[in-house]
Amino acid sequence: MAMYSTNEFKSGLKILLDGDPYAIVENEFVKPGKGQAFNRVKMRNLKTGRVLDKTFKSGDSVEAADVMDTDMQYLYADGEFWHFMMPESFEQYAANEAAVIDAMKWLKEQDMCTVTLWNNVPLSVSPPNFVELKITQCDPGIRGDTATGGTKPATLETGAVVKVPLFVNEGDVIRVDTRTGDYVSRA
Amino acid sequence: MLRRRADLLWSIRDFFRARGVLEVETPCLSRAGATDPAIESLTVTLPEATLWLHTSPEFPMKRLLAAGSGDIYQIARVFRAGEAGRFHNPEFTLLEWYRIGFDHHRLMTEVDALVRGLAGDRLSRPTAWLSYRQAMVDHAGIDPLDADVGALADRARALGLDVRGELERDGWLDLIMSMVVAPALPADGLTFIHDYPASQAALARICPESPAVAERFELYWGGVELANGFHELGDAVEQGARFEADNRRRRSAGQAAVAVDHHLLAALAEGLPDCAGVALGVDRLLMCLSGCDHIRQVLAFDWERA
Repeated sequence: MAMYSTNEFKSGLKILLDGDPYAIVENEFVKPGKGQAFNRVKMRNLKTGRVLDKTFKSGDSVEAADVMDTDMQYLYADGEFWHFMMPESFEQYAANEAAVIDAMKWLKEQDMCTVTLWNNVPLSVSPPNFVELKITQCDPGIRGDTATGGTKPATLETGAVVKVPLFVNEGDVIRVDTRTGDYVSRA
Repeated sequence: MLRRRADLLWSIRDFFRARGVLEVETPCLSRAGATDPAIESLTVTLPEATLWLHTSPEFPMKRLLAAGSGDIYQIARVFRAGEAGRFHNPEFTLLEWYRIGFDHHRLMTEVDALVRGLAGDRLSRPTAWLSYRQAMVDHAGIDPLDADVGALADRARALGLDVRGELERDGWLDLIMSMVVAPALPADGLTFIHDYPASQAALARICPESPAVAERFELYWGGVELANGFHELGDAVEQGARFEADNRRRRSAGQAAVAVDHHLLAALAEGLPDCAGVALGVDRLLMCLSGCDHIRQVLAFDWERA
């Protein structure tokens, strides 16, 4: 199995600790001039999302986590699993609810997503930064009120609810930033 | 920043010239190295031998002292393998000086004068002086001279330090000192921590009145460790024994043994004048003086770009 020494620690590195995969968020080298060196590491549990602080003796090694980010196309959901496909190999992967929980409301069939695989099983799914989705339900805008910058809620085809300007209507396709959930423009 | 560094070097040289301390230069590359298990040297391999790049100019400077140089200082580029981070660059600048007839308390006063003189109104608090024991009791709630390994480990965990693997007693002390005590020191002041546990004496004398502590000090600016000083050990036999003990610890930890500096031991046997010495990190001092939070900001080209 692959191992990483603390000397190789840097943000983004994926390691295995007590059976769980973690991504290093921050790594700080701490050493008194005449004493033991440590690496103080902030790391995110890739299963739970929890961030924790751990201290390692410098020079110690930890197991690498076989975690890989891959671009895949979202195909469909069958009620239990969300199915994705590698565009070149047509290889398909099924992700459970825990893996798609944050991405679910932005997933539109055919869109390309980033699927994080751990030991070849989807661990998490990130939607594209921007998605174009159709508004399936929203109240009609009130004419003459466009200058005040008012907003209203709109439900999108994936079920997500975003705030949109008053001039946007049901049936419109809009562009949304999935990182913030903000309306960007009409598509 | 280049100008600030140049000004700092001028100011340091002015300080020592005014006090009659002589600037010296000694070899970077030597046939012997630092045995300290906590420090790894970089080596240079020649066809006929492997030489060590110095981790501080301490040994040859002590040879000069033993030969009658009088008070001396050096601004040296030194090297420590594997030390890279916010406050570490494997190649860095060390200011080291020795004062004959000084003990560690008198030398601390001189370090304070140098740093305060450079800092001007950047340091709004008066300098604090704390024994190592007091610092640990005040900031970490544990007596470093009494507590055993188990008590230190429990205390560290209670303080929220989640450590993988086991540490030796001094490892736990280092951990608590660097991660709990140092960050709690006042940010806008200097703190001298003195009288380290005898197990962390390094090259300091053991205190004759209380053998549990060594006549060693460190200077912190806020939580940043700036300098380390000793009332210097002049006993060749004890120094030789410490070198051997270091190498035994290195071997048992799987580290390569380091050639012992027999020139230094011979010089100590000839007689080192009673003196105190200190090494101060010039790059970190420049960081503190200019409010930088990464060492790369004060270097023309850091390790990644060297």
